[in-house]
Formats: sequence, structure tokens, C-alpha cells
Amino acid sequence: MKKEILVMKDIVKVYHMGDEEQQILKHINFNVWENEFVSILGPSGSGKSTMMNIIGCLDVQTSGDYLLSGQNVSELNEVELARIRNKEIGFVFQQFQLLPRLSALENVELPLIYSKVPPRKRKEMAENILEKVGLKDKMKHYPNQLSGGQQQRVAIGRAIVTQPTILLADEPTGALDQKTGHQVMDLFKDLHKEGRTIIMITHDEEIAKNAQRIVRLLDGNLSEEVKTDV
Amino acid sequence: MFRESIIMSWKNIIHNKMRSFLTILGIVIGVAAIIALITIVQGVIDNVDEQFDKLGANTLIIQASGTPLKSGLNDYDIEALKNIEGITGIGPNVSLNMDIWYNGVIYENINIQGRNDIYFNKFADRIRSGRGINVLDVENKNNVCVISSDFEQKLFPGENGVNKTISIGGIEYVIVGVLGNDDNVVSVTTMMSADDEDIMIPYKNLMNISGMKNIVSLELYTREDANKEIVTQTVKTVLNAAFNYKDDSYILIEMDSLLDVMKTTQQMMKGMLVGIASISLVVGGIGIMNMMLVSVTERTTEIGLRKALGAQPRSIQLQFMIEAIFLSVLGGFVGIVIGGLISYIASNAIGIKLALEPSAVLLGFGFSAAVGIIFGSAPARKASKLNPIDALRSV
Ligand SMILES: Nc1ncnc2c1ncn2[C@@H]1O[C@H](COP(=O)(O)OP(=O)(O)O)[C@@H](O)[C@H]1O
Ligand SMILES: [Mg+2]
Repeated sequence: MKKEILVMKDIVKVYHMGDEEQQILKHINFNVWENEFVSILGPSGSGKSTMMNIIGCLDVQTSGDYLLSGQNVSELNEVELARIRNKEIGFVFQQFQLLPRLSALENVELPLIYSKVPPRKRKEMAENILEKVGLKDKMKHYPNQLSGGQQQRVAIGRAIVTQPTILLADEPTGALDQKTGHQVMDLFKDLHKEGRTIIMITHDEEIAKNAQRIVRLLDGNLSEEVKTDV
Repeated sequence: MFRESIIMSWKNIIHNKMRSFLTILGIVIGVAAIIALITIVQGVIDNVDEQFDKLGANTLIIQASGTPLKSGLNDYDIEALKNIEGITGIGPNVSLNMDIWYNGVIYENINIQGRNDIYFNKFADRIRSGRGINVLDVENKNNVCVISSDFEQKLFPGENGVNKTISIGGIEYVIVGVLGNDDNVVSVTTMMSADDEDIMIPYKNLMNISGMKNIVSLELYTREDANKEIVTQTVKTVLNAAFNYKDDSYILIEMDSLLDVMKTTQQMMKGMLVGIASISLVVGGIGIMNMMLVSVTERTTEIGLRKALGAQPRSIQLQFMIEAIFLSVLGGFVGIVIGGLISYIASNAIGIKLALEPSAVLLGFGFSAAVGIIFGSAPARKASKLNPIDALRSV
């Protein structure tokens, strides 16, 4: 039996819009096991990013319990949350979110700075990761000298360089054309084969099918899981 | 972390060259003003002090109004004072305005000072040509005089006055020396009486001419390493005995303590000027704060991303803090260089020594760093408190 990395019990998220209360996540129950590749599929506005923010410890639920690697996240303070984000989560965003004034290598080094890895070690780790995502010859390039697909691969490198428990991707192919999107998906599948746990958020049925398991989010309700044959 | 923050700050400053330049301009001007003010004012002070030291240091002045029985000081008193341990010499000063004849012309109301050889030994470098009054002149009451260069020009335009003869109170005096021209400050006594000295003759001659029995004013020259307090005390004892213990019969002025008071005043003036110049640093600091607030707003996404990657609020705060300090210290550095240049040029123009002190440079650096810390902390705290989701959504 595999380890349960993520457990969400009865998660509710409410946003206040003036006087109006809006329930964005409605009693979500969701579990992820070690070395799973899960897609959260849903149309725009269904609450996917809200859910990802909670999973990524950037936001807290209004009610319900969220356990990450056995820890109750709502009990943690600002400093401990930052540590969790650094060690347990690797974020990949739709818009890549690379820092424009840093080279590919320096962008990948960024999370290692926050986990206090010494400079020489940091550089070595970042170089290995960039080699792995196929950008060995682009390390010194700045984001504006890279294509969209290359930038997203740098971002993926940055997400996995800390060996996080979960790789968390929000619409990772949303800003890419079909071909580069597929290349990024191939990279995800490789990472999964190596044993990574991946949670990918998408509105695209085809992209979602790259995962082992798909869950559907519609109007804040998580529907039963659909097994894929990957 | 520290190193990365510094590199990052540098990159941001380079990326916004024009904006960074305008931001630090306030600090540059403030620090340059402080450095230039301190340096130039210190140069002027040094210059003034040097002149005063030359004339007034190690000098005690006695102004004796005397008692009904004894209306001033005489040679016996001078003998007694001369023997006090620590006193190297005594220069009497008597003064009178008289008419002078030369070549059939009368020059009315000319200031005549009575001096002795000791005075001329001490201020030997005042003589431009000829010689001063010497000990034989004083003892023998020789009819010799030293005149100022202004007076020389008045009497003998374009000529050398040495060895010419003038008539003072109907007696012929030979001019043996002429004073230098640029020496406006003469000696402490004349300086304080604000007289224009024109002619100096042996003091005993002047006493004879005027019929004075006593000397009203004495300059006591003390040894550099003498204990001033003991000397002063001993002088008082001697004077008290001479004037039969009527202590309002004389005034004793210690030039060294006057100089101390002057120096304290100068330092206060200097401090005040620096204080005024520091106001411009506050203005510069507000400029930096403004720039940092803009920077925080512009880089909201970056801050959110850094937080998502695991940056502690403290790290974010540190980074923006370092950026603010970096900017202001950079401004401080440029200000020090510019301030130094201004001081150099100004010192040359005024004709004083360049008095650029390491403490002024340190002060410039310290002030600019302090401005960075004070005005950078609010934007840095704002950045560290940003909510990462709000920050990331603002794309
Ligand atoms: N901070 C917020 N305040 C109020 N409403 C929000 C906030 N964040 C998201 N929402 C709302 O929640 C809903 C779901 O948003 P989101 O989770 O971003 O959806 P998705 O990522 O699936 O497109 C949207 O209707 C959005 O307007
Ligand atoms: Mg979304």
C-alpha cells in the first residue's frame, strides 16, 4: 500500500465579495498517493486555481482539514508555511513566472537560495537539473532569449530542483502551442516515471489524459474519479 | 542570501539607470553638501586658528587699572613676573596717539606703540625689511622706530623707509625696520584694542614722551609645556601683592582659554551647518522611499513568486532593505566624491589647506546608510507582508 501524501477532508473555501458570500470550493474530499500523476480538470472559473493555492499552501481553506505529508497545514505559521512551500511543493505556472533579470541557471537556483544551499552546491544542482530538462546549452540565457517551451522547461527545472514531495502545475501548457505543449507533457511523464508525484490543473481534456487519474471540478464540486489507461 | 540580495539590487539599479540616478540624486546632493561644508568650514577654522595660535597661544595678558597709590605696573613688577617658573618673557604694551613730522608735513593723530625686544624676538617674522627693536635700543632708550608698511607708503611712496628719519613729539627717530604688509592681525593686545598700529618705538621712550609712570598692559609669554593653572595662580599672587590685595585693580586674560571658547564656538557653528545640510538628506530619503514603494508595487508578482518558492517574509524584507541601503550608500559614495571635489576646488580658490577629514567621509557614509535603513524599512515591510496569491494573480 502506497503512502498518502495529501489528504483533503471536507474542504470549503468562501470568498467575500462585498456583502455577498461566494462558496468557491464546496466540501471537497481529495487524496493523492505517493508517485501518482493526477489531473484536476475543469472549465474556467470552476475553482481550480483556488484549490491549487490551498494545496500549495499559498492560501488556507475556510473550513475542513488539509494534511500534507501528515501535517495539518492550518496549524502552521507564516515561517513554517514558507518552509513547506520551499521543501514540499514545486510550482509550475501557466505564465512560467521566471525572473527576467536572472539567467536560466539563476532562476533554477532561486528556491535553493531559500533553503540555504551553499552557492557552489546550488550551481551544481541547478546545472544538473537544466541538463535533465534538455537546456544544457541555454543555462546562461535570459528568459527573453528563450522560447515559451524552453521557458516552461526552466520553470519545471526550478520546481523540481528542491526534490519536492509534490510537483504542482497550474495550466502548464496554457501558454504554449500544441507541439511544445506535448513536449512539456512528455517531460512530466518522464518525471512521473522517475517517481515524482504530480498534480496538474487544466481545462483541456486532451492534456488531462496524460495523467494516471483525472478528477473533475465543476462549480466547486469534485466529481468521482475517472481512471485513464496511462 | 545576503550576497544574492546585493547582486539582485545591483541588477535592478543597472536596469533602471535613469530612475536610479534620479532617486539617488537627493542623497548625492545632501552628502556632497555635508562633505563640502565640513571640509571648507574646517579649512577656514584651521586657518583662523593657526593665525590666532601664532599670536595668542601661550600668552597671558595683564590689564592693570591700578590703585590710587599705584596706577599701573613698573619695571620691578616686570622683574618679579619674569622670574615666575613657566614664563619665558614679558612684553609691555603702551600706546599713545601723537603727531608725526616728516619733510615739513604733519601727520596728525598717529598711533604709537611702545614695545620691547622680547616682543620683537617672539614676532621676528613680522619684520619685512630692516630689523626690530633690540635689547640695546630698549636699555639705552635709542631713538629708533619700526613702522607699518602702510605708513611707509604714506610717508615715502614707492621708497624704502629704512634709515630715514622722522620726528615724533619733536624728537628725531630713525626708522630701523618696516613690518610686513599682509599682517593685519598684530598682537593680541592691539588686536583687542582694535587700533591701527603705525609706529613702534622702545616702550621706555614712549613712557618718557608721555610722562606715564606705569605700564597699563603686559603680555606674558609662557612656555608651551608650562602648567597654565599654576602659572596663572602665581601671576595672581604677585599682582595681588603688588596692588596691595585689591583684586579689582587688574584683569588677567588667559588667551588659551579664550582660544578654547573660540574653538568651541567654531565647532558649534560647524555642527549647525552640518545639521542644516542634513535636511537635504531627509529629502533624499523620501525620494528613496518613494522609489522603493514604486518598486514594491511593480514587483508584486516577483514577490509572490519568491514567496511561492519558499522565501521567508524576513528574506523579502531583507532584500528590499538591502536595495534601499544599496541605493542610498551608492548616492553617499558619489556624494563623497563630488563633495571632495568641491572642497578641493573651493579650498584652492579661497587659498586655504584642504581639510578633508576621514571622519567627514565616515559621516557621509553613515548618514547615507542611515537614510537607507530609515526610509527603506517601510517599503520593505510592505513587500514582506504581501499575500502571495494576490501577488501572483496580479499578472
Ligand atoms: N480572492 C478572490 N476573491 C473573490 N473571488 C475570487 C477570488 N479568487 C477567485 N475568486 C473567484 O473564484 C472563482 C474560481 O476562481 P479560480 O479558482 O481562479 O478558477 P479557475 O482557476 O478554475 O479558473 C472565480 O469565480 C473567481 O472570480
Ligand atoms: Mg485558474
